[in-house]
Amino acid sequence: MSAATNFLVGVYEDDDVIMQACADIRQQGVKIHEVYSPFPIHGIDPILGYKRSRLNVAAFMFGITGTIIAFSMQVIMMGYDWPMNIGGKPQVAVPSFVPVSFEMTILMASLGMVFTFLVVSGLGPGARKLVLDPRFSDDKFILAIDVDKNKLSMEDMANLLKRTGATEVSHKEVTA
Amino acid sequence: MGAHSHKSVNLTDRYVFDGAGQRRVIIGMVVGLAMFALGVILMISGVGMSHDDHGASAGHGTEVHATAGHDAHAAAPADHGKTDAHAEAGHDAKATAGHDTHAAAGHEAAAGHADHHGPTWLTRVYANLWLNSLFFFGIALCGVFFVAINYAAWAGWSAGFIRIPMAFGSYLPVGGAFILAVFLLGHSELFHWTDASLYDKASPNFDPILDGKKAFLNLPFYLSRMVFFIGVWFLLWRMIRALSIKEDAEGGPKVTKFYDKIIVLAAVFIITFAVGTSMMAWDWTMSIDSHWYSTLFGWYHFASWWVSALSTIALTVIYLKEKGHLQHVNENHIHDLGKFMFGFSVFWTYLWFSQFMLIYYANIPEEIAYFYNRIDAWDQHYRLGFFFMLVPNFLFPLLFLMTRASKRSFLLIKIAAFAILGGHYLDFYNMIMPGTAKDLGGFGFTEFGALLFFACLFIYVVSKSVASLPLVPKNHPMLEESIHHDI
Repeated sequence: MSAATNFLVGVYEDDDVIMQACADIRQQGVKIHEVYSPFPIHGIDPILGYKRSRLNVAAFMFGITGTIIAFSMQVIMMGYDWPMNIGGKPQVAVPSFVPVSFEMTILMASLGMVFTFLVVSGLGPGARKLVLDPRFSDDKFILAIDVDKNKLSMEDMANLLKRTGATEVSHKEVTA
Repeated sequence: MGAHSHKSVNLTDRYVFDGAGQRRVIIGMVVGLAMFALGVILMISGVGMSHDDHGASAGHGTEVHATAGHDAHAAAPADHGKTDAHAEAGHDAKATAGHDTHAAAGHEAAAGHADHHGPTWLTRVYANLWLNSLFFFGIALCGVFFVAINYAAWAGWSAGFIRIPMAFGSYLPVGGAFILAVFLLGHSELFHWTDASLYDKASPNFDPILDGKKAFLNLPFYLSRMVFFIGVWFLLWRMIRALSIKEDAEGGPKVTKFYDKIIVLAAVFIITFAVGTSMMAWDWTMSIDSHWYSTLFGWYHFASWWVSALSTIALTVIYLKEKGHLQHVNENHIHDLGKFMFGFSVFWTYLWFSQFMLIYYANIPEEIAYFYNRIDAWDQHYRLGFFFMLVPNFLFPLLFLMTRASKRSFLLIKIAAFAILGGHYLDFYNMIMPGTAKDLGGFGFTEFGALLFFACLFIYVVSKSVASLPLVPKNHPMLEESIHHDI
């Protein structure tokens, strides 16, 4: 369907080396497509220029929604729709509504976060992710550059990768 | 980023508690004492000491009864229960006369009760001293607990400022002495159960409920476990501190034997802390309302101490940073302390609410007595403070410390820490005052003076201790990790 994407793939041996490489490569004005690593590298996000995730804002919104739904549900049911005398308490006995509101807050926030994360990350059942080099799930650190989105020539960028410590550099064409 | 930027630490960094600083704190103590004395004099001369209007009058019992019945909503069954429970307490005559109300509260609440004198100015003074002794002792104790859990968990992030909470332990003997002294002097004013006639079957005061608790709630056992736990906590703190000093002198790279020994001591401390704080919560605070009990009270009491201690640690660290010390401690460490404050504020609320909601919902006389005293008794004397404390202890930390940015701001953490400390002082006030000072409780010169005195005393003792050691445990194996802490 769409045209093939050209990737320049550098393989690194060490997380500290690839962190420094990311900083150096970005300093040369080269855009990095993605870094793949066997484990989360602490502190790499700001080097790659990633902004903080706003997942927490989504979580708060979902949580508040849960609180409001649960609380209003109880007020409507217990106070107006089907009032019951339970232990002589007022119909709208706020303290007794807290546990349900709390649980609903947690449920909505956690489920909402999971689904938001899946949607934002393009994950979920049947999702296919790009694997440029399967060794990133073993012991190698992979740095991918989208060639067509950068102005430098392929050789220059390949040299840049080597200079920053890549042990292998290869060119991969991926048809989406 | 942290792994790359080179960070160094000033190993000889030392806080100096100089003459000017000492003078300021001592002036604070003197002013506190003066205010306290002024408050006592005013109370003796009767200012602000009138019992609530109905308190002195003969209609006392009836009025309370009316309020109680109104409050209980399920008037008929509840009243029935009350009468039953009351009969058990051995006040049948009064119960039939409708003079008294709750099984437990009635016995203690009625100011004009025969043979049991009501609170006087002296009760309020002792209650204040007791409140402040407990509050600051708890902060000191939880400071040591912070040290212990961080060692036991092999935590790295806190190593750079672990000497600060460690210094809190120096207040343990002072606070412990206050607790012991106030108890010995004032137990008959503070603790209803210390009245010997309650256990005398021949006496009209005989109280079958307290007689049943006698095996646990008696003076010799009470005093011995109090002395035991204060002593054990103090000794363990001394040993941990001594090892930390030894590590400075004899340790070095790849030497972990001191660290390993502290971990063992920390584990022992955590066990005695868990058992001890629970028991001391029953003894020192819960037994004030001596008929009443709550199974989660130990946790609730601990949560209040703990979150206050976390706030105090954060405040001390930020203070030292502003004085130019602890330069390796940055917003990442404060962020983690802020998370602790946030999390345990919610934890405290969880326990407070769990205790409140179940008792409110069940509405059993012998349980509800506790909340009756705090919400409705004495013309709703404590009601405002009781519900208001949820603001600084829950709503404010929850909303204010929720975002990442606020937990990383020194200023905002300071504001939150003061709010939490104030809120938990109020929490202790609500735990102690209604059972002791009853309708005489309030905020006046005595309260603010005592608080100022104890706060300054705590600052004085802890500052001395902070100044006595280098601020950085230079051979702590986790120090490097703490310096590079990055979240």
